[in-house]
Amino acid sequence: MATIVQAMRLALHVGEEKLGVTDVLGQDVGPPLGGIFTQTQGIKTAWNTPLDERGIVGMAIGLAMAGQRPVAEIQFCDYAFNSIDLLKLAGGMCWSSAGDWNCPMVLMMPVGSGVRGSIYHSHSFDAQATRIPGWKVVMPSNPLDAYGLMLAAIADPNPVMYLAPKALLRVRGTPAQRIPGEPEDHQTLSKMIDAPLGDRSAWVPRWPDTESLVLPIGQARIAREGTHVTLVSYGRMVHIALQAAEKAADEGIDAEVIDMRTLIPYDWEAIRDSIRKTHRVIFLNEDTEVTNFGEHLLRRTVEELFYELEAPPKVLAGANIPGIGLADALERASVPQIEQVVACVRELARHVP
Amino acid sequence: MLKLYERMLLARCLEERLIQMHKQGDGFFWVGGPGEEALNTSLGLLVHKGSGPEYDYLHLHYRSTATLLAMGADPMDAMRQMKNTASDPYSRGRNFCNHYSKRAWNVLPVSSTIAVQFAMATGTALANKRASGKGITIVQGGDAGTAEGDFSSCLIWSSLPGRELPCLMIVTNNQWGISTPAAHMHSEKIAARADAFGIRNAVVDGNDVQTCYTALAHAMDYVRSTRRPFLLEANVSRLYGHTSASGANRVPDEPDCIELLEEEIAAQNLMPRDTMRQLRADYVYQLRESAKLVSEEAQPSGDDIYRDVFATRDLVHEL
Repeated sequence: MATIVQAMRLALHVGEEKLGVTDVLGQDVGPPLGGIFTQTQGIKTAWNTPLDERGIVGMAIGLAMAGQRPVAEIQFCDYAFNSIDLLKLAGGMCWSSAGDWNCPMVLMMPVGSGVRGSIYHSHSFDAQATRIPGWKVVMPSNPLDAYGLMLAAIADPNPVMYLAPKALLRVRGTPAQRIPGEPEDHQTLSKMIDAPLGDRSAWVPRWPDTESLVLPIGQARIAREGTHVTLVSYGRMVHIALQAAEKAADEGIDAEVIDMRTLIPYDWEAIRDSIRKTHRVIFLNEDTEVTNFGEHLLRRTVEELFYELEAPPKVLAGANIPGIGLADALERASVPQIEQVVACVRELARHVP
Repeated sequence: MLKLYERMLLARCLEERLIQMHKQGDGFFWVGGPGEEALNTSLGLLVHKGSGPEYDYLHLHYRSTATLLAMGADPMDAMRQMKNTASDPYSRGRNFCNHYSKRAWNVLPVSSTIAVQFAMATGTALANKRASGKGITIVQGGDAGTAEGDFSSCLIWSSLPGRELPCLMIVTNNQWGISTPAAHMHSEKIAARADAFGIRNAVVDGNDVQTCYTALAHAMDYVRSTRRPFLLEANVSRLYGHTSASGANRVPDEPDCIELLEEEIAAQNLMPRDTMRQLRADYVYQLRESAKLVSEEAQPSGDDIYRDVFATRDLVHEL
């Protein structure tokens, strides 16, 4: 089973072989390193850029509009904040030119906490990303989705932000999440596509023949079916939601978990249908809680599904503080933990309207 | 020289008509380039015009009317953007005047955000370099905007050893950043910054059209043939102030490239003064009549706002 970084790499390879990717660019994405998380090892169009996030985004916009097909990376989303107005520009190219131009670029960046990354390697970007109209925003939680969403992002005629949950990058998928065409055994895959330690100047990857499986942007996935409470999440928090759901099951509470996969445009139908079934909903993510994307979903829930609700809807999100502190207790106190989610599920499930 | 003169004069008359439109309530805001016609008309005539990386890409700023007109744009379209009509081909009533965008000519959308075009220019320049043609990227901005990091990004990315980019950077130095004089913002010569990157550069008198044309032709030829960057700084005038926000009134004490050219034309007996006056009167009349027609055209309706948030076709790959 591939990990998420391997899945990203497999997709980038398919992207440059079959979808016309011309450039995978960013700091340290080219040889010898191939990405600080190994996500671009062996990618033949990968090249190292100057340490200049605005320059990276600008280069990608220019390439995209000149008919190339770039996939750019900001090494950590924590360093994308100085590029916000260029991101706005990319998102507005089609609209401001009244449909005369489009800007088909992908911007990938690792996001979120969970690796004890301290103040500037733990930020989330989903709230920011969803406030830059004109961008599509995807965020996989497993290798199969990481693969399919990357291919969809590459093929899309619009700028697409690909938020990769950094705590999950080396997590392997379940057998059901196997990428069609990848070797059954992860050691075989590793030998084929992981660069060796030390001198790798003569190394070339042997790519498995994986299928061009494009996962449609805008489709959520029901990660766990349930009937009592709906947990709507994405990225790393999907796994927290699933673990919380298992614990709640021990108490007889049957929680449904929706993995949104795409934040913009999002699959409201999937969320709505689930809320109509369970009548109780929690929006779970780890970005700071004030003007959080979950708040938007909650607002829409209240406006459109008020009479469906049998308990007050909730947003469980990160503390509204400038960063994630390094010490274990600080990080745990800053972003939702399993026990908190279980408590919230319990509270909603037992709420008597 | 007469061809340049006619295009420059048309651009000036159009800018003055746009200012009139603003003052008469036919448009919310004016920004433009009276005083940059010598440079920008030359640029428009020298551009290798077309679509895709075999042709020149243009990352212009909001004073580029003369460039577009010299390339063959219809003056009425500038008025349509001024009047924010639904027929405005550059933004369908969404953007200020002088914010051009034309994919068929590789003109990227002009943004009010200062200097961002310098960040994007590296990308089109790399595409130019890969393409088989002689296309180059031309990026233009004012002197105040060179304080933005994006200008430095362009210098850095276009001069990476062995990976130089065919990128012509043009700085129009009008000695102002809205109300702040140049001396408060930067050293005298901006072009000198290029020396630190090994980028060839020059400073020209932007009010002398023959100098501008020759310097631009030389710089473009250098970039086209060597596939390396060049920084051209042109000292220009700002004849109607920053924008309508500062009144858009004629300033008395800056040189006027068109008056200077008219003196030159008269001195060389290339065209009688009367003919020059008549030409100006004709343009003024034609543009006034066109403005009347534009003022009758429909505005966009409110339900247009959601159109084109997302592209449904991959236009840039349909070359």
